[in-house]
Amino acid sequence: MRRLITLLQRELSAFYYSPIAYVVLFFFLVLNGLSFWFAIAVLNRAPSENTVVQVFFNSAFFWIAYLLVFPVITMRSFSEEFKLGTIETLMTAPVRDWEVVASKFLACLIFYLSLWLPSLLYFLIFGWLGNRSALGSSGQLLAPYILLLMMGMFNVALGCLASAFTSNQIVAAMISLVLTIGIFFLTLINYVVNSSSPLLREITSYVAQLDHMDSFSRGVIDSRVFVFYPSMTFLLLVITYQVFQYRRWRA
Amino acid sequence: MIKVERLTKKYAGVTAISNLSFEVAKGEIVGFLGPNGAGKSTTMRILSSFLPATSGFASIANYDVFKESLKARAHLGYLPENVPLYGDMRVGEYLRYRGSLKGLHGKRLRRRVDTVKELCSVKEVENKLIANLSKGYRQRVGLAEALIHEPDLLILDEPTIGLDPNQIRQVRELIKSLGERHTILLSTHILSEVEMTCTRVIIINRGQIEASDTPENLVGQIRTSGTIRLEAITGTDDPVSWIEKIPGVKSVITSEEDGWRRCSIRVEAKSDPREAIYRLAVDRQWVVRELAQERATLEDAFVELTHKDN
Repeated sequence: MRRLITLLQRELSAFYYSPIAYVVLFFFLVLNGLSFWFAIAVLNRAPSENTVVQVFFNSAFFWIAYLLVFPVITMRSFSEEFKLGTIETLMTAPVRDWEVVASKFLACLIFYLSLWLPSLLYFLIFGWLGNRSALGSSGQLLAPYILLLMMGMFNVALGCLASAFTSNQIVAAMISLVLTIGIFFLTLINYVVNSSSPLLREITSYVAQLDHMDSFSRGVIDSRVFVFYPSMTFLLLVITYQVFQYRRWRA
Repeated sequence: MIKVERLTKKYAGVTAISNLSFEVAKGEIVGFLGPNGAGKSTTMRILSSFLPATSGFASIANYDVFKESLKARAHLGYLPENVPLYGDMRVGEYLRYRGSLKGLHGKRLRRRVDTVKELCSVKEVENKLIANLSKGYRQRVGLAEALIHEPDLLILDEPTIGLDPNQIRQVRELIKSLGERHTILLSTHILSEVEMTCTRVIIINRGQIEASDTPENLVGQIRTSGTIRLEAITGTDDPVSWIEKIPGVKSVITSEEDGWRRCSIRVEAKSDPREAIYRLAVDRQWVVRELAQERATLEDAFVELTHKDN
């Protein structure tokens, strides 16, 4: 356990030592700010049944920030160790392979979650300034963040897997971007096939991140999310572990 | 401390090492020599549990490096070739991180970090980013890191590569002093280094052991061991025919320069006919200005053992 914490500390500090973290934070804040401004602008224009939380989490700004952040966060996790050769010092220390995979995954996930904290602050200030009713209930505010955790762990694991494949960060980022956006667009099949193919609709509804967010931001919590994303995350991490071992033994 | 039995490693189509067997006892400083691509790094990587072997057995401190890898690794300090380090960390921070990864904590961690910083003289750069360090400092940080948990065994892959002569001397002294408390297996291309620091040499070529002995014995065994240099004015005598009569002499090669005859005399192993040559010279009234035995070096042994087939 102590080893895992040591590894995790190292991975987390690596984020904040690199300029990437601050570039990501900057653009993330800009997009979140735009999204929040957009939400308030929409509600100011005409009477609406939507809460500010709903509009925020369903805006294009939000989705752009959400989808682009994963490749940037995860691209260096394994690639850099392979590229620098530090994989050799790392793996000849008395650490288990799974501890390395877990620490890298957790560090990326924690960094990802920390990116959403400012937006939570926006809502709290918004509510405090007196527009409590436009915010909806507190459960309605919490639900999207729970969903962000669920979908986030899946996408972070996907990014870690991409990074384990290659020692080139750019390649890792591209693989991760294609996979993340590809899976995101599966949602759209839902709209295209409509009711003609109920089975396909049923299957894609599991990965329909747009639909999930739509219902969670209304405060409707869908239990499928809690089974599907954690189990897929686990599966992806197992594959990452295998790829990582394979690559290091071939090195 | 190290036990290797019939170790074989094959990469896609290439056999890096085949049927390698050797042992290193506690307290030895063993030099691992061989031409580039002989399998030195591969062997070291297998011993450090970084690579799995294709077949065979290897153990460190009686722990199987495949089956009890974590325990074996806990007894090992390993300095890989080219010393990979995290450029974004500071030296002190890196040593603390590696120390705690290797199971140190609290007071003992702080004490060990201070000790190795002192020992490898990296104290003056402890707050510098590793990315900004010179090659010599990087090497010493790597060495400090390998030492941090007081391992029984140190495996150093080319610890002096890329250092300047002063730094090489420092690292060599350091290794020598470490040899008092640690068992060391080191690979290098600088043969004088091995002669000065190692108690035993293992020469490997094309994945197989060519020789394993003390540096002195290795040098003694080889053919080139006995060459005697003679420079003299021999008058009308033909020195070749005279010298070849002396027992123990195998062949003589001569050349001439400004009237001086320069003879390179090959003699049989362990024979020293210098006295006889002196008497001959006195007898024949040659004017001698040089008579010396050329000492074979480990370099000669290395070249001979690794170029046998050519």
